[in-house]
Amino acid sequence: MNTKLATILLLASATGLAACAKKAPEQLPPPPDTGTGTAVVPPPQVLPAGPQVGTQAHFAAAVGSSTTIFFDTDRYNIDSQDAAALQAQAQYFARYPQITFTIEGHADERGTREYNLALGERRANAAKNFLASLGVDANRIAVVSYGKERPAALASNESAWAQNRRAASVIIN
Amino acid sequence: MKPAFLLVLLFSLSAPASAAAQDLGAPIGDDGLVETTTTDASQVEAEEGISFTVTDEAAWSDIGIAIPAFATDRERATPANEAGTGALGREIARVITANLRNNGLFKPVGPDSLPQPAFAQITAPAFSTWSGRSAEMLVHGYVRARDDGRLVVGCYLYDVALKTELVREGWVVGPADWRRAAHKCSDLIFARLTGESPFFDSRIAYIAETGPKDRRVKRLAVMDSDGANHRFLTLGSATALTPRYSPDYSKILYLSYVDGNPRIYVYDIGTGKQTLVTENSNPTIAPRWSPDGRHILYSMAVAGNTDIYRVPVTGGASVRLTDNPGIDVGGSYSPDGTKIVFESDRSGSQQCYIMDADGRNQKRISFFGGRCATPEWSPRGDQIAFTRIAGDFNVAVMNTSGGNMRVLTGGWQDEAPTWAPNGRIIQFFRTERNSGRSGIWQVDLTGQNERRLPTPVDASDPAWGPIRP
Repeated sequence: MNTKLATILLLASATGLAACAKKAPEQLPPPPDTGTGTAVVPPPQVLPAGPQVGTQAHFAAAVGSSTTIFFDTDRYNIDSQDAAALQAQAQYFARYPQITFTIEGHADERGTREYNLALGERRANAAKNFLASLGVDANRIAVVSYGKERPAALASNESAWAQNRRAASVIIN
Repeated sequence: MKPAFLLVLLFSLSAPASAAAQDLGAPIGDDGLVETTTTDASQVEAEEGISFTVTDEAAWSDIGIAIPAFATDRERATPANEAGTGALGREIARVITANLRNNGLFKPVGPDSLPQPAFAQITAPAFSTWSGRSAEMLVHGYVRARDDGRLVVGCYLYDVALKTELVREGWVVGPADWRRAAHKCSDLIFARLTGESPFFDSRIAYIAETGPKDRRVKRLAVMDSDGANHRFLTLGSATALTPRYSPDYSKILYLSYVDGNPRIYVYDIGTGKQTLVTENSNPTIAPRWSPDGRHILYSMAVAGNTDIYRVPVTGGASVRLTDNPGIDVGGSYSPDGTKIVFESDRSGSQQCYIMDADGRNQKRISFFGGRCATPEWSPRGDQIAFTRIAGDFNVAVMNTSGGNMRVLTGGWQDEAPTWAPNGRIIQFFRTERNSGRSGIWQVDLTGQNERRLPTPVDASDPAWGPIRP
């Protein structure tokens, strides 16, 4: 419990740092004063190890392979394996209610282009509806279909196609 | 950031680039009009005598149609060819030869293997010269530069054995449109010899693909029916898919991920302006024109379920044509605009259905085993081309009742057929197993004459426009 708390504190401070670092300065800092030779060397910043809350890496570290669910050919039903993965996702998103995310629906290359766009849409929505049924606010979930345009596995065989028929939950910063 | 703003940004950035050689995202220039004229070579007295220049006679044994260089009345400078109107006449004959050869119906012999007729011979061929070389048909033509800079191109087809003229026509074109005169002449010859409608003077919109399989860059591109006058219309920063030329070539419908989601845009070619096909937060895919260009079909997913809608091209309310828990997608009008063939998986797998243009009387027509996808109604009205999925993906045709199904191709993945304006040739795209490389191919209705179209990079989603006026 103590270590967990410490981790959260560390992560929270890291998030703060990251937020600061992202903002571009309004004005450029003054050039270093080379004449006096008293340039201020900033102390080295030590970032805590591990991904930060609100990143895909943090999500993936928390739920493992459960970020993505897989489908049979031309199907979009949530089977028991998918349900377990989506439950892990739902727990994560319940724990971090500030996070919004996108479910990307995909199809394998063995379908026609337009049908696959519609199929990816169906798969992503199936995942979204299941997460909503587990209590994740549907307003936090965006959906996009990439059809067969963005394969994860590049070969043309059953194994690759099975990896590409997927709905992937993605946290986009 | 709003999608409209992104689009403005994209195209305002690309507009200055049009001046550079890059040709990225530049709107296409206005099409020059092609004006049909009476051929007037006979009215011009030619000074030259008969002088043949034979460069290569090797191909003479195969001759069916002889297409020597087009003559010119007077060698003049033209922006169409830096070497002048004489050299342009040779180029025109080369384009016609390539057109007729590439479509498998003829064995033409072009200007590089033939003697060059003088200008006076265009209307009075030296028939004995050609019959002695076993030419059955003879194409003659001329190029004349007018004082206003436009070009007059005359085209004559002769039957060598009968020593008679079969047909003649002439066109006035701007120098930039000289290839169109060559295509018009090809169409004249093709139509006269086959009895079919013309198709060479037409354009193709398609998707140009580059990059590795998991990070393909997909750009909107257009080209003439023979692959010439190629242009990229989008920059490639957003994935573009499934273009469709409007019947008058003034607009292109296509899908873009420019705002992060798949949406259909209407791209006005003259202005480069793009508008959403419908103001709606739902994804829209699979755009199609009605034959009269007044309506657009699109497919829209609402809460995951895709149905087909129709909207006037001028905007306004959409009409939902299908209402089914299955995926209903695509759609292709019959040439008279009364019916639509589309695909649906309502039966459990992709099959082809026909409905009235208002969505009534939906009924399945494909019952031959396998799946039926991406149906496209022939411009002649009598056939429907589609992607047949039965193990591999192949282009097939059937009649409008789903009968007489014939598979025309034998690739691993051939999909998305599009018809030539005369309904005699089908283009499609073929994807290679594993590499994901794609190219545009075409096949005639016999399935015998198959060839790959030359494109600068990989290519998919061809959409053949109608014959140009």
